[in-house]
Amino acid sequence: MALDGQKTAYKYIGTTPDRPDGLDKVTGRARYGADISMPGMLHGAVLRSPHAHARIVKIDASKALALKGVKAVVTRADFPDGLDGEDWNLQENCMAGEKALYDGHAVAAVAATSPLIARDAVKLIEVDYEVLPHVTDVDAAMKDDAPVIREGAADFSVPEGLHPNVVRYFDSGRGDLDKGFAEADLIIERSYTTEAAHQGYIEPHACLGQMGEDGRGELWVCTQGHWFVRRMSTAVLGIETTNIRVTPSEIGGGFGGKTTVFIEPLSLALSRKTGGKPVKMVMSRNEVLRATGPTASASMDIKMGMTKDGKITAAHGTFRMQGGAFPGAPVDVTTMLAFANYDIENVHHIGYDVITNRPKQAAYRAPGAPMAAFATESTIDELCRELGLDPIDTRLKNAAREGTRATFGPKFGPIGLVETLEAAKTHPNYSAPLGPNQGRGVASGYWMNWGGETSASVAISEDGTVTVSIGTPDIGGSRASMALMAAEAFGIPYEDVRVNISDTGALGVNEPTHGSRATYASGLATIRSAEDCIGKLCKRAADKWGIDPEAVIWEDGCAKPSGPNAGEFPPMSLAEIAGEMGSTGGPISGHFEDSPAGFSGSFGTHVVDVEVDPETGRTTILRYLVVQDAGKAIHPAYVEGQFQGGAAQGIGWALNEEYIYGEDGRLQNPVFLDYRVPVASDLPMIDTVIVEVPNPGHPYGVRGVGETGITPPLPAVANAVREATGKRICNLPLRPSRVLAAIQGKG
Amino acid sequence: MSKQHITATVNGDEVEFLCDTRETLLDCLRDHAGIMGVKEGCGTGDCGACSVTLDGRLVCSCLVLGVEADGAEIGTVEGIAEGEKLHPLQRKFIEHAALQCGICTPGILVAAKNLLEKNPDPTETEIRYWLAGNLCRCTGYDKIVRAVMDAAAEMREAS
Amino acid sequence: MNYHRPTSFEQASTIAGASDGTIRFLAGGTDVLVQLRADILTPDDLIDIKHIPGVKDISRTDDGGWRLGVAVSGAEMTEHAELSAEWPGLVEGMDLIGSTQVQGRATLAGNLCNGSPAADSVPGMIAAGCTATVTGPNGSREVPVEEIPTGPGKTVLAKGELISAITIPARGANGGDAYLRFIPRTEMDIAVVGCAVNLRLDGDTIAQARVALGAVAPTARLVAECADAIIGTTLDDATLDGLAHAASAACSPIDDKRGTIEFRTHVAGVLAKRAAKIAYDRAKGASA
Repeated sequence: MALDGQKTAYKYIGTTPDRPDGLDKVTGRARYGADISMPGMLHGAVLRSPHAHARIVKIDASKALALKGVKAVVTRADFPDGLDGEDWNLQENCMAGEKALYDGHAVAAVAATSPLIARDAVKLIEVDYEVLPHVTDVDAAMKDDAPVIREGAADFSVPEGLHPNVVRYFDSGRGDLDKGFAEADLIIERSYTTEAAHQGYIEPHACLGQMGEDGRGELWVCTQGHWFVRRMSTAVLGIETTNIRVTPSEIGGGFGGKTTVFIEPLSLALSRKTGGKPVKMVMSRNEVLRATGPTASASMDIKMGMTKDGKITAAHGTFRMQGGAFPGAPVDVTTMLAFANYDIENVHHIGYDVITNRPKQAAYRAPGAPMAAFATESTIDELCRELGLDPIDTRLKNAAREGTRATFGPKFGPIGLVETLEAAKTHPNYSAPLGPNQGRGVASGYWMNWGGETSASVAISEDGTVTVSIGTPDIGGSRASMALMAAEAFGIPYEDVRVNISDTGALGVNEPTHGSRATYASGLATIRSAEDCIGKLCKRAADKWGIDPEAVIWEDGCAKPSGPNAGEFPPMSLAEIAGEMGSTGGPISGHFEDSPAGFSGSFGTHVVDVEVDPETGRTTILRYLVVQDAGKAIHPAYVEGQFQGGAAQGIGWALNEEYIYGEDGRLQNPVFLDYRVPVASDLPMIDTVIVEVPNPGHPYGVRGVGETGITPPLPAVANAVREATGKRICNLPLRPSRVLAAIQGKG
Repeated sequence: MSKQHITATVNGDEVEFLCDTRETLLDCLRDHAGIMGVKEGCGTGDCGACSVTLDGRLVCSCLVLGVEADGAEIGTVEGIAEGEKLHPLQRKFIEHAALQCGICTPGILVAAKNLLEKNPDPTETEIRYWLAGNLCRCTGYDKIVRAVMDAAAEMREAS
Repeated sequence: MNYHRPTSFEQASTIAGASDGTIRFLAGGTDVLVQLRADILTPDDLIDIKHIPGVKDISRTDDGGWRLGVAVSGAEMTEHAELSAEWPGLVEGMDLIGSTQVQGRATLAGNLCNGSPAADSVPGMIAAGCTATVTGPNGSREVPVEEIPTGPGKTVLAKGELISAITIPARGANGGDAYLRFIPRTEMDIAVVGCAVNLRLDGDTIAQARVALGAVAPTARLVAECADAIIGTTLDDATLDGLAHAASAACSPIDDKRGTIEFRTHVAGVLAKRAAKIAYDRAKGASA
């Protein structure tokens, strides 16, 4: 859907002013989830299962309740029965019912007068467990002898004969695979695995809940989406959605992991049980890693065919993913995006969503896409190597472009893959000389982006400033982007725009800051709300001048007569109209509500140089280049920041981050010491090139940029290690022992 | 168990609080002294979000007990600006877009200020290793390192 | 948890001896507080030894060595120019522990008493020939550092005993030391393997050597076979291969989340070679 009047020349868009919330965030004043307190507040803590899979025979909280300062204990018995579907999954994940399904699964929660008393009380709760056989690996969970985690969890899509742990099945494709492979000069088949990675936001989950005996209350919470929190928390508690008003705090990172609930319903349940006292809950890092949602782990088989001159003739992928003890591994997205970079006639994807005794997976930046990219982009790299083809030229030859029918169905509109490949090819990094034990890797990636339910409001203030109210929490500078778009739309200085993240009581429903949608959807809503305001501002000027509103135009922040025929009047600025609005008809505001469907995906191409120590297998990142299509970069510095952050997370996933489960089914590394996210000294500067192929579905051409950046690094790093060592490693992470084994021929 | 009475100087001001012996300095600053710019990211000294100076030495306040702080001088992000005047690091962090979510920013500012007091002209590598204990999950560190280098350059010119 | 602030080692020893429960001594606290927060261990009595006179001192011994107070932090060691110049390997081993923030608190004695096989400062101390002064109800005794840890989390210290100082021998002429560890990242990890080499030259030939390995056995280990492999040589390629072989042969590591037996055994040899070369070059520099 092309919108009329897409601008091409901008006054504010593309500049890099200071973000409105910058001052609060460099002075320690910004209030994050754990920074909110209330008089009379209690503190909550959660008892978690030490077992991967166990029947809960009995819970005795009497000793905990006898501890001075303890005000309430809740267990599953305090939550309603009768939920189904995803509501039941959420409830079961927030508080175990008959069985603990993973190490870290919540079993009971306590409210007490101090955090220390709450933690002490948790240790006094006695639970009788009957330990059951467990399984944490996706391939093992599909085998005949695997323990059944939950009978009846599978949906209608699963073919007969599969293990009950397979809960969803996907099968899609087109063309004639046999014909396609027959046309190939080279066919390569490989099997790949990736491990579960955690979003690793530095701020643990935190909330403050208050709910009275009437089941009404409030929740303050660090979240990417407070309407989601409202809907999910009230569903878990079995109360009406609007009984709870949810206010988002500042948020210390999310990357998808803060789009669901864990402790929020518990704080409300504890609050109600204590007679409405506010209950603050803050997770420890151990709880974050054990019990919130990492991404899925994957096991994948890829078969691709290519002609001698580099044309991909056919592609087949089988993807098995586990997302913990509940349905929801993003294997549907994985199958959709596996080959989406390319124009391939014959393609087939099969996906299995498998449950295991691990925490319920949550979204993580381009959920499902990085795993697929690792498998397919590694295979393409191998095809290029064996056929002696340049990896960028080969990708250009096959690249999806405007008009290509995507491997997942629809026809692409204007997209920027070709432009990112061309920019990568001419960038100095692509021709920088390499030394011994060094290698260069290239990979491309894609995320389709999202629109989603969006509601925004813009109000004119009497001092001539405008206040934008949106419903998407600012996780990485989006207030600045909204202010820039409002300034551009109104033609007023950036400094004259205020941006407000509204609570659930002040706007219509908004989806979270997820799916790379905030700058696109809340931005579009901001611009449309501004245009709604401008119409009203023009009417006030028309009324004053005694002319037809149709004869007034808005230009450079002023209402003006549209031409000589409309009359001769001096322009009226926004400030002038605003100053008089009390006597000219009252407050002026504009609104916009929609589920905008004009979002368009963003492609990226990464080039990385590594050096591998041949004696230890340790990989060092020497150079890194991100080229990505932003459509139109509203605030280029924060666009670059998204590119760099996505790359850093992808590098971590490629090299050292992984969930390690022991034989006992317990997570071995629930601490940042051993869950190894990249530190400052692990990385070089991350070079960026912003490509701009405008999205016709946004007034200024915006594409979401948040997620694509994590997709290419997994294969790009693996491809670079392949060149540095001569060894193709098909299992992530590329931990030194694995790389060394490959170098020594034991891999 | 009775609590202990602690007197410390925080950002130049005398602060008194009662603490349980098990409470960390981080707990005490946040829960008893209202110093909320100190953040808990891990509680195990692995992320640096709770960085403060203790008698001039950079430490993780999660790895110090509250009772150990009796008589100590503590510096937090709240004490970096001089009145209305931001520290150059604070200005440069905003200017370079060196924060996204901002949760690691207070700890990184405290750590970077401590570095520049010891080494006014650090190399990129020195900055990266000094800040290796301050995790940032948003930025990939690029803009953080640039902001520190730029602030250092400005401070050298001004001195 | 009772918190004590003794002002003498005798007093500290008495408090520890009188306790009926678990006790921990608190210097830098970088291990104790992690265990406390993680509910691994909450001592009944925590004895803060930072208020005992002299515990922050770095002083010369009469024979030209060094005596380090037990509350001297890693950062204070690194900032000490003379100590760092004489014992760069030992100081680097300490400096590699944790972050800048951890360096502001962590101590040699704490790293030693924590009893981790992977403790980064311990191989360097062993290779240097350091001793620990152990103070207890029956007075004080000097114990070689390699004899302090007896297994993961275990030490030779009896109830009421604590370390009251670390002594580093005199560097002397034509000596050099080095410590290298292997970690997956560049910082912030626990050593997968660590290796320290301390040697003295006579001309170009190695006259004396001590080699210690970390994280490849239940305790950091002094490996005589490694020293034997290089003594009397000029560290030629064949010698280095022999050293690597001896280092790998001395390993009896475990498979865990941080590394495999095979990997640790191999990398111990790699690090031994690399550390020996650095120590040799430093000794040459010292004799130049």
